[in-house]
Amino acid sequence: MKEHLLGLEGYTGDEILEILELSKTFRQVLDRDVKRLPTLKGITVANLFFEPSTRTRMSFELAEKRLSADVINFSASTSSVKKGENLRDTVDNIGAMKVDMTVIRHGAVGSAQFIAKHCKTVVINAGDGAHEHPTQALLDFYTIREHFPDFKGLKVCIVGDALHSRVIRSNVFGLKALGADVTLCAPSTLLPMGVESWGVKVNCDIEEAIRGANVVNIMRLQLERQTAGYIPSLREYGIVWGINSELVDLMDKDHIIMHPGPMNRGVEITQDVADAPESVILPQVTNGVAVRMAILYLLAPRSGDIHE
Amino acid sequence: MENETKFVIKGGRVIDPANDIDEVLDVYVEDGMISRIGGKKNYQDRAVIDATGKLVMPGLVDIHTHLREPGREDAETIQTGSLSAVRGGITSICCMANTTPPVDSSAGVRFIYDRARYAHCWVYPVAAISKGLKGEELAEMFDMAMAGAVGFSDDGRPLSNAQLLRNAMTYAKMFELPLMLHEEDLTLSSGRHMHEGVASGLAGMQAVPSVAESGMIARDVLLAEFLEARIHICHVSAKESVDVVRVAKERGVDVTAEATVHHLLLTDEDVVASGFDSNFKMNPPLRAKDDLAALIEGINDGAIDAIVTDHAPHPPEDKDCEFAVAPFGVIGLETSASLVYDKLVRPGIIDVKKMVELMSYNPARIVDISAGTLSQGANADIAIFDPEHKWTVSGRAMASKSRNTPFEGWELTGKPVWTMVGGEVAFDELSR
Ligand SMILES: [Zn+2]
Repeated sequence: MKEHLLGLEGYTGDEILEILELSKTFRQVLDRDVKRLPTLKGITVANLFFEPSTRTRMSFELAEKRLSADVINFSASTSSVKKGENLRDTVDNIGAMKVDMTVIRHGAVGSAQFIAKHCKTVVINAGDGAHEHPTQALLDFYTIREHFPDFKGLKVCIVGDALHSRVIRSNVFGLKALGADVTLCAPSTLLPMGVESWGVKVNCDIEEAIRGANVVNIMRLQLERQTAGYIPSLREYGIVWGINSELVDLMDKDHIIMHPGPMNRGVEITQDVADAPESVILPQVTNGVAVRMAILYLLAPRSGDIHE
Repeated sequence: MENETKFVIKGGRVIDPANDIDEVLDVYVEDGMISRIGGKKNYQDRAVIDATGKLVMPGLVDIHTHLREPGREDAETIQTGSLSAVRGGITSICCMANTTPPVDSSAGVRFIYDRARYAHCWVYPVAAISKGLKGEELAEMFDMAMAGAVGFSDDGRPLSNAQLLRNAMTYAKMFELPLMLHEEDLTLSSGRHMHEGVASGLAGMQAVPSVAESGMIARDVLLAEFLEARIHICHVSAKESVDVVRVAKERGVDVTAEATVHHLLLTDEDVVASGFDSNFKMNPPLRAKDDLAALIEGINDGAIDAIVTDHAPHPPEDKDCEFAVAPFGVIGLETSASLVYDKLVRPGIIDVKKMVELMSYNPARIVDISAGTLSQGANADIAIFDPEHKWTVSGRAMASKSRNTPFEGWELTGKPVWTMVGGEVAFDELSR
């Protein structure tokens, strides 16, 4: 394990599997009556959220508390951080309070790297712009692995805004390392330059993209994409790329349906698909806590000494 | 007895493209001018500068510099910027108008000249094309031309309004000064931070496509062709832009173009490799490898006329932040000559004569200032360059008030070691 978790780019399949394997232990803890471990006793973790994200923040906070860490939270929308109060000062100030680990969500690409470079703290990237969101991808992989133990050749179809999605980037980096067979599907305006060099299949036709897939991972579509002119309307997106049960019928018989949440029901996913028996959207949320516990454990300073 | 107004620079390899000179000769200076090159040796009654083993070239000319005075003297002043220049072998700089307030009146032009009296090198103001750099109404170009502006530019911002630019081109013909155009289609570039390509796609960075630049250059060379006007294209960065300029020249358009040192040496992959260090953020952005190759081709075949620094100082408190928030720009006055020599001349990509053409002779012609040559009677603006001097780039060690260089820590071979401006020694590392 590296010093920080900034992104999955550069991770090997084995490194990822190691994290997933360890996450299992913590996942079992969550099913116990006493869900708390003393593992991070004496460790202070700061959750810095410069973008609103209730779910990810709660998931991290819960993971930290389950491991008995001391937790402080800082939330500010990037725009409300006043000029002159820059990111480095904010983090330095929090660091001066002797924080050991920092979980950061920020709208700027590279913000986690920036903190890792300039501040004395272990950094866990909880999303930096459209760059990476490694813990989300890891919990996606954990959830996939509960159903499909072997990633080699597993057909994964990712549907959504590849231009702006950090979840897609982290998923692509990790799934490629794990040997999965990945197809990206999005409107052509929401595919980034150079996507053909990512080593995944790209297909704007959702019927072709989803056919035979074992996993479909459906991304949330932001309303801003309409106002910025990338797509004509959410309605049209829903008609063409929204995942409904007819499309799910094209998948492999053995399949699961994923979504990182929060869902726009009726836009990128229909109600019946979201609530289908094959939907693992809620287990994703539970697994997220376990995976984040594993990451915290692996990165905690001198975790070996603290571990009992 | 030594005479302070008489010098001889002896034994150096003199490179003067204006006179097609490349040989070991002595250069004689009297009363602030080049009195002769070569001829009968006379080391009496004058200061003798031993340039054996060194290159002696006309002082370099940087036609794209931001000095931040007035308004942001914390980032750079005319005094500190010009000191940085002479330490880089540069003896003339043209400073852009985007100060606070902008240089958009004759009073502004006179302010620059007034301040320049205490500068370490010649400083020439480039004045605004539009009032307040707003791109709406023409600034008083005639008045500013009479006050001594050497060119006009809204640099930092494009002229989106083609009608306004048309009038500026036509108007500027009356006083034969170049319009120096920053080319950018804001509808394609606003709120974007790096070049759009494979690297930005992988990084998820909001990115500027090359066509934001090349498309505007195409519009403007066609406009210049139509009006028979003269234009200069600032910081060409994309391969398509080089093609457009080349074609325009073939069609007889009166256009010149410049490329920056950083666009000739760095790419978007360096942005990613730096971990999104804001010292790799500039406008136009660092492009892809094939763009860099096209720029090199352009300086070799004449599509690109000049190499500039686009020296854009920003203090650490402005640059020390996440990439998306940081202002555009990097400093370059103190590193340009060494970088071009070490990375382009030493590997044989260009020869040293070409370097002097691109960094001294040609830029001086573009803004029509008396510089860029060692001809008899020319201003004694001279740079001595030590091709073997090894040094390491350090932002902190520079004379600039800012230290936002993307070349921090680079180990370079070759350095300006002695600079003369108008017959006075402005920088001397030679005797050390
Ligand atoms: Zn510019």
